[in-house]
Amino acid sequence: MLSKSQAKWFFLGGTIVTFLAFIILSWWSLVQDVPKQTHPENLTPQVVAGKHLWESNNCMGCHTILGEGAYYAPELTKVIDRRGAPYVKAVLTSKSAWQPRGRKMVAYGFSDHDAEDIIAFLTWIGKTDLNGFPTKPSYKSTVNTN
Amino acid sequence: MKYKSQKVAYWFFALSMLLLTIQLTYGFIMGFAHMGLDGLHQVIAFNTARAVHTNALVMWLLSGFMGAAYYIIPEEAEHELVNVKLAYVQLISFALVGVIALVGYHFNYWEGRKFLEIPRPLDWLVVVNVLTFLGIIVMTLVRGKKRTTTSLVLTMGLVFAALLYLPGMIWFDNQTLDSFFRWWVVHLWVEGVWELIMGGILAFLLIKITGVDREVIEKWLYVIVGLTFISGILGTGHHYYYIGVGKVWLIVGGIFSALEPLAFLGMALFAIVMYRRGEKKHPNKLALNWTLGTAIVSFIGAGLLGLAHTLPQVNLYTHGTLVTAMHGHLAFWGAYAMIVLAVIAYAMPNLTGRKLFDTARGTYAFWLSNIGMLGMTAAFGVAGVAQVYMERKMGIEFGEVQKEIQVHFLVLVTCATMFTTGIILYLIEFVKFGLPTDEALENQYNNHAKANLATNQ
Repeated sequence: MLSKSQAKWFFLGGTIVTFLAFIILSWWSLVQDVPKQTHPENLTPQVVAGKHLWESNNCMGCHTILGEGAYYAPELTKVIDRRGAPYVKAVLTSKSAWQPRGRKMVAYGFSDHDAEDIIAFLTWIGKTDLNGFPTKPSYKSTVNTN
Repeated sequence: MKYKSQKVAYWFFALSMLLLTIQLTYGFIMGFAHMGLDGLHQVIAFNTARAVHTNALVMWLLSGFMGAAYYIIPEEAEHELVNVKLAYVQLISFALVGVIALVGYHFNYWEGRKFLEIPRPLDWLVVVNVLTFLGIIVMTLVRGKKRTTTSLVLTMGLVFAALLYLPGMIWFDNQTLDSFFRWWVVHLWVEGVWELIMGGILAFLLIKITGVDREVIEKWLYVIVGLTFISGILGTGHHYYYIGVGKVWLIVGGIFSALEPLAFLGMALFAIVMYRRGEKKHPNKLALNWTLGTAIVSFIGAGLLGLAHTLPQVNLYTHGTLVTAMHGHLAFWGAYAMIVLAVIAYAMPNLTGRKLFDTARGTYAFWLSNIGMLGMTAAFGVAGVAQVYMERKMGIEFGEVQKEIQVHFLVLVTCATMFTTGIILYLIEFVKFGLPTDEALENQYNNHAKANLATNQ
């Protein structure tokens, strides 16, 4: 039967081994994967300014990006591809609450300059390789529309 | 007089209860907003409600953990807390940082990073506060007569939780890196070191309530926290599937996430077996309910419902949908909210001398809150699965889908009302206990000494 000392070594040994494996895998990811998949060379000052605006207004409090955030408003990683920059700019600069289908967004009324920074950030993130996320809808072509 | 410094725990528990009421209030605002009733939008927009809801949760759990540590460590180390005044200063500063953060969220003073919305200047105050707390706990252990496995596991969990807060304070220009290190805080807290804290508190409660030999309980505590780390550390990979890092995480995260329920299953079996093996019948039935409840509900919420959507091929569709909210609610409730409510239920009669061990109010509080939360989980689950099929599989636009699933939020709010009724009953019970007294602690010690004497004879 397992003794307390053996149980203690199971805990310590298991923790140390998995922690080391995690650190090595993390290092590998940061060195090998991130440069290939996120293109940090395209992180211009405008993109970074957009990220600051993204964070300081807590956009993640309603939307998701990279699938992370709140589930009250649409996922925005590929929003520039989906909607186009002019639509996104209209939403960001709107002085009254944008409310598609009744659900209201905060009326930020961003300046053109700030809106373009956020669009630069969203354009950059839209080109990130996310291992297939978000998926393409698979049932669309089979839905009976008659 | 023995361990009168334990009284400080009461005030951390009281702060915890206050923050819990704030969390629930803002939860209702969000629930109604999802139903289309967003009359408060101009004053409390959804992102404000969400930041308050999640941060009040983190704060009340941390306050509960700190209270638990201030209660447990003196008893385990057989030594008074080294500096009680400093503990009160730490309490007040913790409350102040919390209030500034929660009020600030109403005035656009935040960082939009899920769960870590506290702005960086306030982060430094959190660091000072937590260091003060850890200083008191560690010094008490150092000066104490005993260093039990239970107290060491609990303290280790608290120290690692503090260390892991630091990666979340670093600024990254790259959103992928930001997310990568944010999970070092959030995941390694809730699916790593917080489980150590939970395990430590659970072991303490089982030792006290069941009377099973400490050596047996602590041996299995090592096995459980071992399983937690073996599965949980590499299980971080399930947050890395689709954020812009390599496909190796699909394999590593998939395998180790599948093992994560084992730790929670271990926790549930641990509690049930120890309870059945125990010969002592502790009169505090409410504490027993919450203790067994936390072990079982955490297995369902954190273990099984986590497994339900962490396989990469499932998560590809459920990532960033209400399915996550389904898992999140029952996981936090079962694993962390219930363990805090368990330790409060155990400690309050000892701190105040009022033996509210088995009241109807306390029993209703337990069942209403649990059944309500299960109903909420089901509502989130149905809404989430419907969302996945309509939005991700069929390609229906987000807003259209939200309209379709609005009705499930009516069910959610109804179940949340039942849940809140349970919590209100728990709060009434908390108030009815009254304030802690030195006399109560002294009597508790004397009774305990008498019981030990009788057992030895």
